[in-house]
Amino acid sequence: MATLDIKVLGPGCRNCVTLDKATRAAVAELGLDASIEKVEDYAQIASYNIMSTPGLVIDGTVVSSGRVPSPSEIKDLLLAAQA
Amino acid sequence: MSLVDTLPSSKGKLALVGAGALALWGLAYWVNEWLWDWVMYGVLKLDSANRVVETVHFFVYDFLKIMLLLAGIIFVITFLRSYMSVERTRALLGGKRSGVGNVLAAGLGVITPFCSCSAVPAFIGFVAAGVPVGVTMSFLIASPLVNEIAIGLLLTLFGWQITLLYVVSGLAIAIVAGWVIGKFKPERWVEKFVFETKLHGEAIDPSRGLTIKQRVGIASGEVSTIIRKTWPYLVVGIGLGAIIHGWVPESFFTSVAGKDNLFAVPLVVLLGVPLYSNAAGILPLVESLYGAGLPIGTLLAFMMSVVALSLPELILLKRVLKPQLLGIFVGVTATGIILVGYLFNAIIP
Repeated sequence: MATLDIKVLGPGCRNCVTLDKATRAAVAELGLDASIEKVEDYAQIASYNIMSTPGLVIDGTVVSSGRVPSPSEIKDLLLAAQA
Repeated sequence: MSLVDTLPSSKGKLALVGAGALALWGLAYWVNEWLWDWVMYGVLKLDSANRVVETVHFFVYDFLKIMLLLAGIIFVITFLRSYMSVERTRALLGGKRSGVGNVLAAGLGVITPFCSCSAVPAFIGFVAAGVPVGVTMSFLIASPLVNEIAIGLLLTLFGWQITLLYVVSGLAIAIVAGWVIGKFKPERWVEKFVFETKLHGEAIDPSRGLTIKQRVGIASGEVSTIIRKTWPYLVVGIGLGAIIHGWVPESFFTSVAGKDNLFAVPLVVLLGVPLYSNAAGILPLVESLYGAGLPIGTLLAFMMSVVALSLPELILLKRVLKPQLLGIFVGVTATGIILVGYLFNAIIP
């Protein structure tokens, strides 16, 4: 099983912090092997073609932007990427 | 957000829950009208002629009223706005020149869901995709300035005429300011990395592919976020309002900042820059000051300055805009707001 490369894009607004926490919680709950990085640099964030933060990137693909998905959605997204 | 996971998924059941919530909301709004009379004068037998009692009564009634209005307005608007996104706006603005582009950008700025914390990624996303800087600025100015939640509150508190004037003048400021900025060849004052940013991959549009349940989730999440962020402003605003309502003679404000004082408008605009709040937080205070006899133009200018010109947002934008452009942005927007303040004072008795 390959390690999931997860990035949370967000300069530190409230929603970005919420998404970061929710993602870590979901990864822990599912017992996934993943590296989670929080990206705060604007140039890097924008290069993912994201215009509203927070964004969630799994293995280089943006899977959500502009909102905080619910915990069950995050789990679904992680499991889909895992498969 | 976990509350949302407990909602039913079928449309019929979801509509039932919605109808129940609406009925509860209406009941609470209706009960609020007489609940405090009953509690304070009926149960506690307080003297309704006493000024302290009356001030407290005004505060609790107004606080609950504004809370209910805010929750209702934010929910409905966020739900509707979940069908719109910055990504969609960028697609609509692509290839538009200044002029038409400014008008379109200002209009889209009003209806696109947007948080000022996303101002920088949005700016980069627009400019890197070829939208002119002036057009982008029209969007960034209109977005906080003409705020739908403010429109909803203004409608219920002030009536449609003042609301219409607010919307039209706010749009005019955003259009003209963006157009003027475009005339300065502002591209030279944008940090280089913005143009060098390569956009990888297809942008995903957050407004598409959501279920009704997810949109309801977004809307209720927004209600709790804004209420949690705004309630201290409401306590201060409505508290000041209650005190003004009961204790400060009308002549005090009209003599300090009435229509005869030409410096009042620029002064309140200046005062608004270091203050930062969204329109929802500032409107209750505006309402009580209006009740105390302050002219509406001065008050709207104050509100516009608080929401559109804020130090935290300027500090964020400094990452992508050089000081010259930031200066022009502040100067042009402030001038527009001051003119609107004078205009309102002149045409509204």
